[in-house]
Amino acid sequence: MNSLILKTVATPVLYLIVSFSVYVFFRGHNNPGGGFIAGLLTAGAFVLQYLSFDSKTVKSNFSLNWKKLIPVGLILALGSGLGGMILGYPFLSHSFGCFYLPLIGELELATAIIFDLGVYFVVLGTALTIISVIGGKD
Amino acid sequence: MKNNLLVVPVILPLFTAILIFLISNIKFQKLLSFVSTTFCLATALYLTKQVSVKGIQTLSLGDWPAPFGIVIALDLFSGIMLILTMIVSLAALIFSFKTIGSERENYFYYAFFQLQIMGINGALITGDIFNLFVFFEILLIASYILMALGGKPYQLQETTKYMIINMVSSVLFLVGVAVLYSTLGSLNMADLSVKVGKAGDQGILKVIAVIFMIVFGIKGGLFPLYFWLPRSYHAAPSAVAVLFGGLMTKVGIYAILRVYTLIFAPTLSSINNIILIIAGLTMFLGVMGAVAQMDFKLLLSYHIISQVGYMIMGLGLYTPLSITGAIYFLIHNIIVKSCLFLISGIAEKLRDTTDLKKMGGLMATDPSVAYIFLIAGFSLAGAPPFSGFFGKFLLIRAGLEKGSYLIVFVSILVSFFTLYSMTKIFKYAFWGTAPENVKKVQHNHYFGLVLPAACLALLTVFIGLNTEWVYSYVNSAAYQLMNPDLYIQAVLGG
Repeated sequence: MNSLILKTVATPVLYLIVSFSVYVFFRGHNNPGGGFIAGLLTAGAFVLQYLSFDSKTVKSNFSLNWKKLIPVGLILALGSGLGGMILGYPFLSHSFGCFYLPLIGELELATAIIFDLGVYFVVLGTALTIISVIGGKD
Repeated sequence: MKNNLLVVPVILPLFTAILIFLISNIKFQKLLSFVSTTFCLATALYLTKQVSVKGIQTLSLGDWPAPFGIVIALDLFSGIMLILTMIVSLAALIFSFKTIGSERENYFYYAFFQLQIMGINGALITGDIFNLFVFFEILLIASYILMALGGKPYQLQETTKYMIINMVSSVLFLVGVAVLYSTLGSLNMADLSVKVGKAGDQGILKVIAVIFMIVFGIKGGLFPLYFWLPRSYHAAPSAVAVLFGGLMTKVGIYAILRVYTLIFAPTLSSINNIILIIAGLTMFLGVMGAVAQMDFKLLLSYHIISQVGYMIMGLGLYTPLSITGAIYFLIHNIIVKSCLFLISGIAEKLRDTTDLKKMGGLMATDPSVAYIFLIAGFSLAGAPPFSGFFGKFLLIRAGLEKGSYLIVFVSILVSFFTLYSMTKIFKYAFWGTAPENVKKVQHNHYFGLVLPAACLALLTVFIGLNTEWVYSYVNSAAYQLMNPDLYIQAVLGG
């Protein structure tokens, strides 16, 4: 597709969708949202790039091998389970605590977010690998 | 209550698979999978030793207490199965180094191999029935990929059939789990076992029990549901067929034994005659299929079905002796079946065919392969010095003690047919004259091909000669299965 309108809009919208996906990602701790849906949203932003430009341009703009995101995500998810084990708790134990951070204020931080981040990368990597394999000629 | 080592047989293969995805060097992938599988075997041995000394080991994942969170529990039966899984995986892995070829290696063969091990191990140690479903899915997805890798038309055709039948069984599994949950309100197997005893409506429980029998019957290759098995195992490459033939159906049998002794023990008395009929038909029709075949791998695949009947016969009789016999037979069968599939792989490598009529003369060109086959074949038929004899002996004795003469008669008859089909393989593949222009395998390659099969053959001799020692472990494993209270107490505490 070679549409000037789409090309002009795609890049600003990329930032918009990615920042929204970050919001959905953090919202997922106590509300609907989380790593899976955030990963899909981010993938959607990149699919828009693939649609508006050809795959060569996308590849030169984002020099990332999507396939490698899958093992990275899996390692994060697995690692979040192992962390508790090192401290002597059962596998997959998680904990959380409230911290006071400058500028932001009181904030609840949970180790479960690492697991979610892993899910995010796996979903993003899988979705974009499928899209680029099916859609791209090379 | 917590033993973190229990998760190692599940997360180590997963971790290895991830690393293999990250590193593209094939040599490193081989080394890594070998080290990881060996380490897993060591862990399995250590854990089983621990179980036999200290009793059933459990771990509540994520520190959530037992009936609510997911529990991992290892008793002697699952411990023994874990050891056997790792032994067979190691043998199949070493065999695939020489035979699998760079085409499959480049598409992450070793990673999916590890994921397959992860699924099997997970199914063996989990104490939660929904988790069992999840691990079954993991091992099935890995097996679809292992079967389809290589992409030949025949392979894809058989993989499609295999996928469809297994998806049907997975949906049924999920339905069974859902009905079970809506009836009893729990998914923890120990908790279910407690609640089944108190449940008012026994009718629905029988229905659920039959649904699970169908589900695991499809996976295990029982009488009316085995039709998918021979051809799909025939389509897989030899190293994968070793893994499937040795382990996959046995995970189904493991699940039947676990679920029926733990959860559905009260309903068992009303359906054990049906189980015995299924067992008899499975044995007989399986071996009849084997007798009719003229293809090495197909013949062995039909034998898988026939042998599965013996294990179900143990469950159908449901006495301490028959369960002991079933576990003993399971141990023997996993080792011997894998060994026979390895030999069929070697023969295929040497002759470039699995058609028995075109092989011939392996005795003259490769005598070591012939002798290994002789040991494994006699063991499968149940000749005395090897492990097969003692498994059948225990089962037949349990049948006679209970007065089920018909099933005893069928099982002895089937043994003769087993021996007959083994002599058929020997006659066509090992005797006779070798076809012309047989390619010679280099000496250093030869060692890697024969080593795993030789080790497994030695193991069946070892188990046959040390029956007393193995029997003591198998007997206490059967004792744990016959007394679910031990399992319940270990998982739920007090």
